Amino acid sequence: MSKNGVDQGKRRFLLAASSIAGGVAVVATATPFVLSMLPSAKALAAGAPVEVDISKIEPGSYVTVAWRGKPVWVTYRTQAMLDQLPKNDPNLRDPDSNESEQPSSCKNVYRSIKPQYLVHVNICTHLGCAPLLRKQVGDPTLGASWPGGFFCPCHGSRYDMSVRVFKDVPAPLNMVIPPYAYKTDTRVIIGQDKASS
Amino acid sequence: MKRLMKWIDARFPLTSTWKAHLTEYYAPKNFNFWYFFGSLALLVLVIQIVSGIFLTMSYKPDSALAFNSVEYIMRDVNWGWLIRYIHSTGASMFFVVVYLHMFRGIMYGSYQKPRELIWIFGMLIFLALMAEAFMGYLLPWGQMSYWGAQVIISLFGAIPVIGKGLSTWIRGDFVVSDATLNRFFAFHVIALPLILLGLVVAHVVALHEVGSNNPDGIEIKEHLDPETGIPLDGIPFHPYYTIKDLVGVVVFLMIFSAIVFFAPSFGGHFLESNNFLPANPMKTPPHIEPVWYFTPYYALLRAVPNKLLGVILMGLSVVIYFFVPWLDRGRVKSIRYRGKIYKTALALYVISFLALGYLGTCPPTPIYTMISRFFGVFYFGFFLLMPWYTRIDKTKPVPERVTK
Repeated sequence: MSKNGVDQGKRRFLLAASSIAGGVAVVATATPFVLSMLPSAKALAAGAPVEVDISKIEPGSYVTVAWRGKPVWVTYRTQAMLDQLPKNDPNLRDPDSNESEQPSSCKNVYRSIKPQYLVHVNICTHLGCAPLLRKQVGDPTLGASWPGGFFCPCHGSRYDMSVRVFKDVPAPLNMVIPPYAYKTDTRVIIGQDKASS
Repeated sequence: MKRLMKWIDARFPLTSTWKAHLTEYYAPKNFNFWYFFGSLALLVLVIQIVSGIFLTMSYKPDSALAFNSVEYIMRDVNWGWLIRYIHSTGASMFFVVVYLHMFRGIMYGSYQKPRELIWIFGMLIFLALMAEAFMGYLLPWGQMSYWGAQVIISLFGAIPVIGKGLSTWIRGDFVVSDATLNRFFAFHVIALPLILLGLVVAHVVALHEVGSNNPDGIEIKEHLDPETGIPLDGIPFHPYYTIKDLVGVVVFLMIFSAIVFFAPSFGGHFLESNNFLPANPMKTPPHIEPVWYFTPYYALLRAVPNKLLGVILMGLSVVIYFFVPWLDRGRVKSIRYRGKIYKTALALYVISFLALGYLGTCPPTPIYTMISRFFGVFYFGFFLLMPWYTRIDKTKPVPERVTK
């Protein structure tokens, strides 16, 4: 290309300006495509509260309900299970649930409103598996010192009966307690804080 | 015919491309058994694309229909069972072939200068292949599909600050759901195959630019015939290697067919029994294990009692291969002329890789975790100590010309 009569400065300016303008246009065009992959309005609307009847749960057992597509467990804990909980504290990563997610009404050793009834999202905070209830103290597969709790079969994370995570397992946090409220003594609404409606 | 070729050549570089990449592309004459796996990988890619097209005709990417549509393919579609077993066996055989192909590259130093870019394109193919396999595995919408995807997508949740939003963005929902299945179908069927094909072209173009390495790890272009300018140790790829590769293809297809017809689930390793149960978001199977080709990395993930560090280590165990061309400070390419230290290191790496692969299928008991940590140290040791041991290793003199 001949350099005669070419204004290099102007050429450089035009090149830079059109590159920037083109780059902006590419980013702007990509935005709707990237955002289209976020949860849709339909997925967001699927988060309605769920009502559970807890009167039929036997002591030491649980019921599972789906809330926002996640498994929520309501577990009826026996007095022996509740008595064990404070003794677990030294072996736990976050015994006071300071870093974990729960409504303020459940930030206690039982991680619940009424001590007997534990309501939690049964998704392991490691990689999202559903842990299993291993309530038997000293369960042979988990060792003689096992105080009863939840065990994740995927990567071996362990939680106590308040779904607080033990030390030296892959999971970083206690399992999540969803917002919930007692509508009556035997009916729990999962997904909302106040027993209105 | 001649006039037709002339007509085409005036408009499209047919004859010259044919010559440049086949009849006048000179490959070293001392290729051995290990050199089958490149062309076999290409064959499996074609098998997967063709069988995949036909599966797509009957499969439904909808969480309510997906599981049953796979059963429909297996029972009601004419020859559907065969096409699906070809595709599922092809997935595992793809990794068998690619792992052997990669091991060949490591063993003969095929990543060394001037072939670093071939190696990097190859690693990108490997990453794309892992993504392709992972997303394809969700489509049957069985228990293992569902929970495997749940676990792997949650890996991204370990990234500080953006992790949670990122995994929600990948899923398109707060848990793995219909939205996730639908987009994984799009990635598996369109996006990733296009990326794979593009990378394969780049891989082969880069290879044909510098020419193939060989079991002796010497450059055949350094000894040209003074008259013709052709490498003295080179032979035209076509017909010599095309015919030789056909032998590999026949043997490969014999093994492939034996698996498809007699052991399509391969003892639960190619198709896992838990995946014959429809996905249930409320209940994790008592024992989750990925398909065999991901188990070495999975064992490393589980070996670390910390979520973020485990994910980092797992990512590193794959990404570290990208750096092998620069970690290796040895002057010799091929294992034939390397010293005892390198051979020992390579043997330990192979043992660790296989052991981790086995441990990744085991339940996460404390004893297995300890053994995984032990082999994890050797696995990373192979790479991280490479700059040191390849430098001090006593190498043998490399011949000028290829040996038999």
